[in-house]
Amino acid sequence: MMGSSNRIPGKGNLSPAKTVSFTFDGRTLTALEGDTLASALLANGIHLTGRSFKYHRPRGILTSGPEEPNAVMDISRDKARTQPNVRASVQEVFDGLNAKSQNRWPSLEFDIGSINNSMSRFFPAGFYYKTFKWPQSAWDKIYEPVIQKAAGLGVAPEEADPDSYANQFAHCQVLVVGSGAAGLTAAMVAAKSGKRVILCDERPEFGGSLLSETQTTIDGLKATEWIAQTLEELHSLSNVILLKRTTAFGYYAHNMITLNERVSDHLAAPHPDLPRERLWQVRADQVILATGAIERQIVFPDNDRPAIMLASAARDYLNQHGVTPGHNIGVYTACDSAWSAAFDLKEAGIEIVAIIDTREDIDAELLGRANDLEIKILKAHKVTATTGYLRVKSVSVEPLSGGARQKFEIDCLIMSGGWTPSVHLFSQSRGKLKFDEANGRFIPDVYAQNCICVGSCNGTDELSDAIIEASTAAGEKHQLDIEYAPSMDGHLIGSPHNIDSNRHSASFVDFQNDVKASDIRLAVQEGMHSIEHVKRYTTTGMASDQGKMSNMHGLSIAAQVLNKDIPEVGLTTFRAPYTPVSFGSIANHSRGELFDPTRRTAIHSWAAENGAVFEDVGNWKRAWYFPKAGEDMHAAVNRECRTTRDIAGIFDASTLGKIEAVGPDAVKFMNLMYTNPWDKLGVGRCRYGIMCREDGYIYDDGVIARLAEDRFHITTTTGGAPRVLNMMEDYLQTEFPDWKVWLTSTSEQWAVIAVNGPKARQIIEPFVEDIDLEPEAMPHMSVREGKICGIPCRLMRVSFTGEVGFEINIPADYGRSVWEAIYAHGHPMGLVPYGTEAMHVMRAEKGYIIVGQDTDGTVTPQDAGVGWAIGRKKTDFVGIRGLKRPDLIAEGRRQLVGLKTKNPKTVLEEGAQIVDDPNQSVPMKMIGFVTSSYWSEVLGQSIALAVVENGHSRLGETLYVPMENETFEVEVTSTVFYDPAGERING
Amino acid sequence: MADTSTSDLHRNHPLENQLFATGNVLIKPGHALARISLRAAGDQIEEINQVLSLDLPDSPKTSVARDERTALWLGPDEWLILDNLSSDLHELPKNLAQMLCSAVDISHRNTSIIVSGKGAVGVLNTGCPQNLSMEAFPVGACSRTILGKSEIILLRIGTSTFHVECWRSFSDYVWKYLVDGAKTL
Amino acid sequence: MLLIHCPYCKEDRPELEFHGAGEAHIARPENIADISDAEFEKFFFIRENQKGLVFERWRHLNGCGRFFNAARHSVSDKFICTYKAGEAKPEITEEQLASVLPPARGDK
Repeated sequence: MMGSSNRIPGKGNLSPAKTVSFTFDGRTLTALEGDTLASALLANGIHLTGRSFKYHRPRGILTSGPEEPNAVMDISRDKARTQPNVRASVQEVFDGLNAKSQNRWPSLEFDIGSINNSMSRFFPAGFYYKTFKWPQSAWDKIYEPVIQKAAGLGVAPEEADPDSYANQFAHCQVLVVGSGAAGLTAAMVAAKSGKRVILCDERPEFGGSLLSETQTTIDGLKATEWIAQTLEELHSLSNVILLKRTTAFGYYAHNMITLNERVSDHLAAPHPDLPRERLWQVRADQVILATGAIERQIVFPDNDRPAIMLASAARDYLNQHGVTPGHNIGVYTACDSAWSAAFDLKEAGIEIVAIIDTREDIDAELLGRANDLEIKILKAHKVTATTGYLRVKSVSVEPLSGGARQKFEIDCLIMSGGWTPSVHLFSQSRGKLKFDEANGRFIPDVYAQNCICVGSCNGTDELSDAIIEASTAAGEKHQLDIEYAPSMDGHLIGSPHNIDSNRHSASFVDFQNDVKASDIRLAVQEGMHSIEHVKRYTTTGMASDQGKMSNMHGLSIAAQVLNKDIPEVGLTTFRAPYTPVSFGSIANHSRGELFDPTRRTAIHSWAAENGAVFEDVGNWKRAWYFPKAGEDMHAAVNRECRTTRDIAGIFDASTLGKIEAVGPDAVKFMNLMYTNPWDKLGVGRCRYGIMCREDGYIYDDGVIARLAEDRFHITTTTGGAPRVLNMMEDYLQTEFPDWKVWLTSTSEQWAVIAVNGPKARQIIEPFVEDIDLEPEAMPHMSVREGKICGIPCRLMRVSFTGEVGFEINIPADYGRSVWEAIYAHGHPMGLVPYGTEAMHVMRAEKGYIIVGQDTDGTVTPQDAGVGWAIGRKKTDFVGIRGLKRPDLIAEGRRQLVGLKTKNPKTVLEEGAQIVDDPNQSVPMKMIGFVTSSYWSEVLGQSIALAVVENGHSRLGETLYVPMENETFEVEVTSTVFYDPAGERING
Repeated sequence: MADTSTSDLHRNHPLENQLFATGNVLIKPGHALARISLRAAGDQIEEINQVLSLDLPDSPKTSVARDERTALWLGPDEWLILDNLSSDLHELPKNLAQMLCSAVDISHRNTSIIVSGKGAVGVLNTGCPQNLSMEAFPVGACSRTILGKSEIILLRIGTSTFHVECWRSFSDYVWKYLVDGAKTL
Repeated sequence: MLLIHCPYCKEDRPELEFHGAGEAHIARPENIADISDAEFEKFFFIRENQKGLVFERWRHLNGCGRFFNAARHSVSDKFICTYKAGEAKPEITEEQLASVLPPARGDK
């Protein structure tokens, strides 16, 4: 096998005994437990991992971390568990993992799309903007479909995500992000002082870049030993939460940081209850950012061939996974750290062909070690070309000052353009950066929150300094004895040494979005002088890696062309998330049944058992109709309406909002909140009330019962309950705080059973104690307290059907039992259960409005025909001034009327527009619309309610409802269609 | 709670027969309770305390318990009073009728769920954003807050035991949320 | 997610428990029935909606249920103070305002 020679015995910390099997593009491969997908592929000699986004160029593994722009793949366990755009350098292999490369067809090695590469000079920056400008009509039919097909990486899964996701709100005194030397030190110091600490790190192991340091000693311990010892101590403390595989991806106001913990993506057979990811919403008193730095590539011609990778990545794979990326390796660098990689590789027996450094002055110690290891050194040199299609084969170099060109055969090139501090979270916290000219980087400057950056994310390069900084930030300065610490000296941004004049080579700035140095130059030349414009024109930094490696290069090249300093050109804004986060994690528990609360009444189970079809009303499930065998909705509703009017119907009205207003100022309060007058409403009486907002428009309505001088039982619409209570509390608390009246929501205290119909009284009578139900004793619109079935109740004589009606309020837990008792008794007499549809029909037959259906927030009580509910002598109520506004008293307002269709069988569509002249040209002048429309079985014709301009003065007029294929003729009528004299209700 | 001792009608508790347990958390419905929502002006408190035979808590996030009667501070003029079903709590609205206050029976409006065990805080913090550490939320602490998309009232009755109150129709959601949270711990 | 100090609960609580309730210190005229159209327009429709220091109403809806007021910087989202409904609009000092300004650009 190819693989074996790339594993270096004795290197890395994986056990050779623990192997796992996975597939890549259908090939079955072997890895070691603890490998990332990237290290496993490299161990198998595979560098080619994908095709680039735009030009379909062959690409390989570039990094060893979350900044990876190239090696992004589809990862799947099964059909539903397929995730596109997973970074191979982050994904850990497990037994049975399937990985598939993206953006290639028919195969990775032979990809038709790579024709884009040979055409690349036809796809410059801004190509889409320039090419697809016109004709406009071509957008929908040609350009968009084709571009969409060609664009994007990976394939989204087709099935619902079967995994679960979790959320955890957490509070701590210190949150430490990043577990390198600085992060571990900060966590330890804070934890030992007794503070509650959370330490998180995005990698599978704590230790950060220290994990790859083979030479470094801290207080006499090897780096890895120091990490282990520190972790052991942290684990032993109960005030510390340690989170591995956990990315801090967002930094929000008031020190809230969101973390995404990947709980089970690395497991072969996770327990079914284990969430895939957990979102942590952490509120920290103090945040210590120890997020480290990200190495940059060097921008040179054809710097994107497979097996050209970051020097730090090569070192991580060697020292952590025991894998070498090649056997004849070239090193191209502008900084010291790549030299350490070269030394480690060389000491592991790998041939280092040459170290090509752009610098003239190089640390003597490095030179000495390189000489000892017999490594060829080329100072002040640059790379001018590479060859190799599916893997790099050679590198050509020449002195910066010009001169002889040399070519080396290689199978891998590692590079380092220096380090970019990871200031993403600091930036998200709204902190301000400053440009560190000497080192070519932005570093934190002004803090916006209680946060402190330590270590290399703060531009602190020396390990000993980072430890002092981190410990001081955590409360107590510590100095550790450090030897052989890595240094992050040196840098190179932009491409000062290579202007890619050669059309056939490309110096990539942004690998994931295929943006070249020449694209940035072109964008600036074409007038994009702001970095925000350059970014959008070229799409640099806009891929899922958000330009972690490319932003500084892009900025530097733009600044160079503009002949400005980098700070003048500015930096694009960093935004959450730092790395991609799944929708599952963000939704977490709020999926399926938990997406939104489903509210059910106490009588719901009876309705379900008796065949009810339910409809959603807000969060409530309400019984819509009760079909018998063979009945459709229409037949069921007709039967329910007819039987209720002929005999009686029973209806679950429990969802009505209820508010109890208690206190000596209760009546004063009612006078304020409702347009009606309340002083003269006697105890034991009910009244229909209208509530407006200050603007004079109807806000809610309902029946209000006076239980005592100082106690009202208010009902509201089902959907309006919370906002009505909120508005009432607002007036009480902020405008009339001295009034002695208090409000309590009792919506759910009471189950409400409405029994309506000529036999309603007869049906409930046997169950009622202590209340005289006779019409003289208990007329329409009265309320009594007594007992039903032995249960204390509030019984109201009210009706929303126009028939004799009783609404029985009983404590909710008894709702079903009382309902069943009444139904058992009434059923033999012909009592039927009816649902919300029949309720709607019957109330429309009586012209009773439904707020929110017949009103829409621009309808006044007068418009709705309930102007009688306004207390004319009142000097104040909410809406009294609004109702006097010129627009509200002007002629021509839309007013609620009834409509009868000329053909009685035609049922109009709700929402249909109304005109007075059907022969006018389109667009017609619409003078109103249908708000409610039903078939009325008892009347044998359709009925509708509508708002129509000057409707109240149009009674008897003929109007028209033009529909797509037909225009319906309608007559304007009163809103009361059934029993206009209102005799039935008093029976 | 009105007197219902004369009725033998079946009472349907919304979470009847539910129970959920894992190694470190137990979730079960609380017993049926008598509940009063009490609203009162500050100058009435002493007299109300006499009637209640309990001193209403006057600090935010605190509760006072005596025998089985517990008063929870919910707001500066609002308390939730809990007691067992056989107590005389249902007489309170009548007994306070002459005072400047409002006592409203909400025994059936709310439902309670008891969450206990080592994982109790973790389960609640899957949906409740408050700091539930012992320092911030000690035994006896109580607060109206939220769990996911539902309002709840939280009362810590032991180091690792919480009494959760929610409205009746939200109890199914709150129950399922807690169970989902417990599974993912 | 903001952390809001409730002046009734006397502690910082998560924004999830609160609802915003618009601009503060707009009193409903006592003689509302008699005010002019212009006065009604000012009372009901016109709002400052300033960038910078704002006085706004919140309700601790899923908490103590109280409405209260806050002085906040609308860019930095930092609160200067919160205070009970009915209390006078506080005088904000230069120092207080400076303490909630978003940081100026660090560079240069």
